Amino acid sequence: MSTDQIPIKAPSVDHFVQQKYKHGFVTDIESDTVPPGLNEDVVRWISARKGEPEWLLDWRLEAYRRWLQMDAPDWAHLKIDPIDFQAISYFSAPKSDKDRPQSLDEVDPKLLETYDKLGVPLHERARLAGVAVDAVFDSVSVGTTFRAELMKAGVIFCSFSEAVHDHPELVRQYLGSVVPPRDNFFAALNSAVFSDGSFVYIPKGVRCPMELSTYFRINAAETGQFERTLIIAEEQAQVSYLEGCTAPMRDENQLHAAVVELVALEDASIKYSTVQNWYPGDENGVGGIYNFVTKRGDCRGDRSKISWTQVETGSAITWKYPSCILRGERSVGEFYSVALTNNFQQADTGTKMIHIGRDTRSKIISKGISAGHGQNAYRGLVRIAKSAANARNFTQCDSMLIGKSCGAHTFPYIEVGNPTAKVEHEATTSRIGEDQLFYCLQRGISEEDAVSMIVDGFCKQVFRELPMEFAVEAKALLEVSLEGAVG
Amino acid sequence: MKESEQTMLEIRNLHATVGGKAILKGLDLTVNAGEVHAIMGPNGAGKSTLGYVLAGREGYEVTAGEVLFKGRNLLELEPEERACEGVFLAFQYPVEIPGVNNTYFLRAALNAQRKHRGEPELDSMQFLKLVREKLEILHISDDLMHRAVNEGFSGGEKKRNEIFQMAMLEPALAVLDETDSGLDIDALRLVADGVNRQRSPERAMIVVTHYQRLLEHIVPDFVHVLADGKIVASGDAELALKLEEQGYTWLEQGGIKPLAGANPA
Repeated sequence: MSTDQIPIKAPSVDHFVQQKYKHGFVTDIESDTVPPGLNEDVVRWISARKGEPEWLLDWRLEAYRRWLQMDAPDWAHLKIDPIDFQAISYFSAPKSDKDRPQSLDEVDPKLLETYDKLGVPLHERARLAGVAVDAVFDSVSVGTTFRAELMKAGVIFCSFSEAVHDHPELVRQYLGSVVPPRDNFFAALNSAVFSDGSFVYIPKGVRCPMELSTYFRINAAETGQFERTLIIAEEQAQVSYLEGCTAPMRDENQLHAAVVELVALEDASIKYSTVQNWYPGDENGVGGIYNFVTKRGDCRGDRSKISWTQVETGSAITWKYPSCILRGERSVGEFYSVALTNNFQQADTGTKMIHIGRDTRSKIISKGISAGHGQNAYRGLVRIAKSAANARNFTQCDSMLIGKSCGAHTFPYIEVGNPTAKVEHEATTSRIGEDQLFYCLQRGISEEDAVSMIVDGFCKQVFRELPMEFAVEAKALLEVSLEGAVG
Repeated sequence: MKESEQTMLEIRNLHATVGGKAILKGLDLTVNAGEVHAIMGPNGAGKSTLGYVLAGREGYEVTAGEVLFKGRNLLELEPEERACEGVFLAFQYPVEIPGVNNTYFLRAALNAQRKHRGEPELDSMQFLKLVREKLEILHISDDLMHRAVNEGFSGGEKKRNEIFQMAMLEPALAVLDETDSGLDIDALRLVADGVNRQRSPERAMIVVTHYQRLLEHIVPDFVHVLADGKIVASGDAELALKLEEQGYTWLEQGGIKPLAGANPA
């Protein structure tokens, strides 16, 4: 996996991109891939290659043994052929330059067309397409040069591997404390073989001076991607983290099983935004990423806040429930989601809000859009524990259907264990209005523009939670993803 | 057949069905530039259908006849092309589009039309300047511009918004479908005033209404009675008054059968 920056026009990011190599991040980029298959030796090999301490190897092995005893979940509203986990290679270091396309001329023109539509800056295109310019990486994080600036503020933002070496005590304290390896099948798999990811630590009282962003992508065919991200906000700390993804066209199904853990201590707040645009498969449903993600935030301290915003337009399969454990009194959890499925994409996504502390509040705004043969399920759990007096939840769950072959499904689970709690759930399903479409056409707006306008309006509540430049990109993504959905 | 420059719309023997049911059954109508034609008639006569057929709404199928707009076959154009060519329909029930800003919507519409005509698109400054001009002419406050398209608008606000859109888009032919429905007298005056300010020698209007009330405020040059899918009577504004006094049954007594099957043999 890799961490690059999102191709956006914000000056700070351009700055970042240009600055990148000044700080001389050096890594041994000898390409290396383990043969397909998973066993203890593979886990040991990964750990050894990353030069990990003994405790982490033990942790991985324990996760691996757990995983062996688990079965892949089958409760989601997804139709998936069984995945052969022994056919997957569990580690891929960067390809050497000679194995890469040498220029954009060698890159799939369809992909370049997509970049064009997304308004990806020219200097970003080669990087995203995996052309051998500067450094382009697969499964190893690119060191970030934000770091020096962030260090001044006391913020640690680095690759997970680096954190293991440089801040082992923090990693050891928090790793698996929100999502334990035994949590679920894919979390266990990730814990055994995770390759890299991001690590963020915001010390007490510090407001992170900039948005932290990573641009994940998958470049190596047939390589599972197993990121591990850990974000810790100490008391009164604040951070906004952006994660964006794009992937080149690939035929093979690719497995992706990430784990993200967030920890917010007293009065801390973490905002985590994702724009996910992995290869969704072609219009016949061939190929595409399988995305099984466990994302969870722990509002450990009183008055802490964790907010998830996601825009999911990619992947053939999405299985993802960014959740909040509202442990601290008066802590707040939020989930804002737009999930779009077109062609043969399937998504089963939603959230879990677990209210434990008293006076905890949560808000869920979910917008599902289905087009083509897409299947889109919202699955959400709101659990109010006995201890959570005066807990509040508001859930709004809207589905929009475009065309006649797609489906929208809603699976809300509400468990209330305290009589003082208030839980509200609103849900709507609508077909994109023929009357809305005609109204736009009658004013001279083309059908394609009308659809993206109506969809954009439908998603407004979520988009406005995104940082500005991300919102612009999200909107463009939605338009590109919906192309050909109508007419 | 006259093909003078000023002929805006020429409808000949128009037949149309909706869901397989015949609604328009041989409608003829000629509208010249600068004229305001009122179309009145009982419920179910096909008044709204006429508007939708002209605008090209899906599901409204023309089975016979022709429609020439500025001498050109209107029926072969897509709905958005008709709009760009200058056909505007003020909806009886303007549609809400949640989350889409009214200003944004209107700018997208105007620029789509300008692009179609080969004119440069307006940037946001130019556009807002135009918005202010038009708002002032129509005596409309700008609070509607900050809200989502028709979302949460009162009946009067929705109709005013339609008239405002018309002022911005400056169509050659405007079809106003039951613009008076759901309005109290003050709102009606305001809307009618907005329409009157847009009367011009270059623009034709078709005002579809059930009641004569609107025509006191928008005085038409011609009044047509549509019944059972055809124009059964035409006249000047006096005809509307007569209809108001005597009701649509007066036409029946005059030997015209406005409703299919009303007088089975």
